[in-house]
Amino acid sequence: MGFQDLRVFNPRPADHEKAAMSYHSFLLEPISCHAWNKDRTQIAMCPNNHEVHIYKKEGSNWNKIHVLKEHNGQVTGIDWAPESNRIVTCGTDRNAYVWTLKGDAWKPTLVILRINRAARCVKWSPKENKFAVGSGSRLISVCYFEQDNDWWVCKHIKKPIRSTILCLDWHPNNVLLAAGSCDFKCRIFSAYIKEVEEKPAPTAWGSKMPFGEVMFESTGTAGWVHGVCFSDSGNRVAWASHDSTVAVAEGGKTAVCASLTSETLPLLCVTFITENSLVAAGHDCYPVLFVYDSNKAALSFGGKLDVPKQSAQKGMTARERFQNLDKKATTDSKEAVLESLHKNSISQISILNGGKARCAKFCTTGMDGGMAIWDVKTLESAMKDLKIV
Amino acid sequence: MGALQAVLKNPPISTKNQNVKDRAEGLVLKVLSSFKSTDIEKGVQSLDKNGVDLLMKYIYKGFEQPSENSSAVLLQWHEKALSAGGVGCIVRVLTARKTV
Repeated sequence: MGFQDLRVFNPRPADHEKAAMSYHSFLLEPISCHAWNKDRTQIAMCPNNHEVHIYKKEGSNWNKIHVLKEHNGQVTGIDWAPESNRIVTCGTDRNAYVWTLKGDAWKPTLVILRINRAARCVKWSPKENKFAVGSGSRLISVCYFEQDNDWWVCKHIKKPIRSTILCLDWHPNNVLLAAGSCDFKCRIFSAYIKEVEEKPAPTAWGSKMPFGEVMFESTGTAGWVHGVCFSDSGNRVAWASHDSTVAVAEGGKTAVCASLTSETLPLLCVTFITENSLVAAGHDCYPVLFVYDSNKAALSFGGKLDVPKQSAQKGMTARERFQNLDKKATTDSKEAVLESLHKNSISQISILNGGKARCAKFCTTGMDGGMAIWDVKTLESAMKDLKIV
Repeated sequence: MGALQAVLKNPPISTKNQNVKDRAEGLVLKVLSSFKSTDIEKGVQSLDKNGVDLLMKYIYKGFEQPSENSSAVLLQWHEKALSAGGVGCIVRVLTARKTV
């Protein structure tokens, strides 16, 4: 008796425009990090090695148009500045490069970060005159371009960071920076560089913002902070922690924190899609919606965002039942096959359209080498109980 | 049921005294083994989210030092606590900095 597939899959809707999500499998290796260009026609990603590949969407195919080879270690972070069209990459070789497009090729400029451990994440600031790199050296390098020397210079934020910085996000005012770290804390620092900008106006997180000042430090959650995100207004910050919790803090005279323990595996990345709703994804391989109610200062679970494949199960023969009972101590015919779109952990989420205030589409990449694009409107109508406030 | 609530109240998480922790652990084990198998589910349901997390911590602590019958009882509790708390509950036991 041959092996029988116990499921019959119905095909996905062929019309990609109307689909709630579309999936493209780029490679078999994990995608370490990715970044989109301004009009979302090109994606730069690292296929788990020392290079950065840039793919361009032509019709319904993705063609590799550039390969950026300069790093000597795995590229851990990529960010693409939409207005100035520069790419910044950082890697485990303790370096960061700023790439500019000259003609038809990308030319790198080395940035000396003065770190002695790997760089873990990098983000352009909203005005694109600075970028911040989080590293394993327990500090954040904030880099800006010095016109006189024609060179990128960096300043360090060291205190009170006690461990690797895993994730960064900038506040819309170009000065505050949220950082999630392996010392179990999410902090908001001031990354004010007087050489490139004016003194910032007071924000919900405080009014005095000298460089390196800690404006907010989280308490309460344990576990490494894998993902951090400011809301569109900058008044809220959300972080996902390795103890399977998501938390949101709202700035004010005293910062208000709300956290939610979830029953799933830890989440690795989180982003706001409106001022009150967050999408997070992680080791469970599907994105999840959370809703924040500021009146009650409470975070609640909004729903799974993966529309499962319709599958019908054939009846099991007695022999198969006994085999299952013998092997897995259960007669349940569900195989250990993931029903979600991504077949392995999702490591990064990025907003494609609509910004963090009214996101219309977002994209996830993961350790299965695939990239999925999710359409918020279609998801909302596909799932009856889903409400994005 | 009342004993379960009482023994899970105020766990000795912050104390550095190992004796206190051991005695608390022994008490919890006694209460858990005194439950009938059919009542375990009701016991778990009577706890709130933090209670389930705390219960899971004690269950894993109990696994560390098995005595003749404890593992079987603990496994039954583990199954019920898992359906109430999910995988996240176990992750929180593993990532918790202060042990019970």
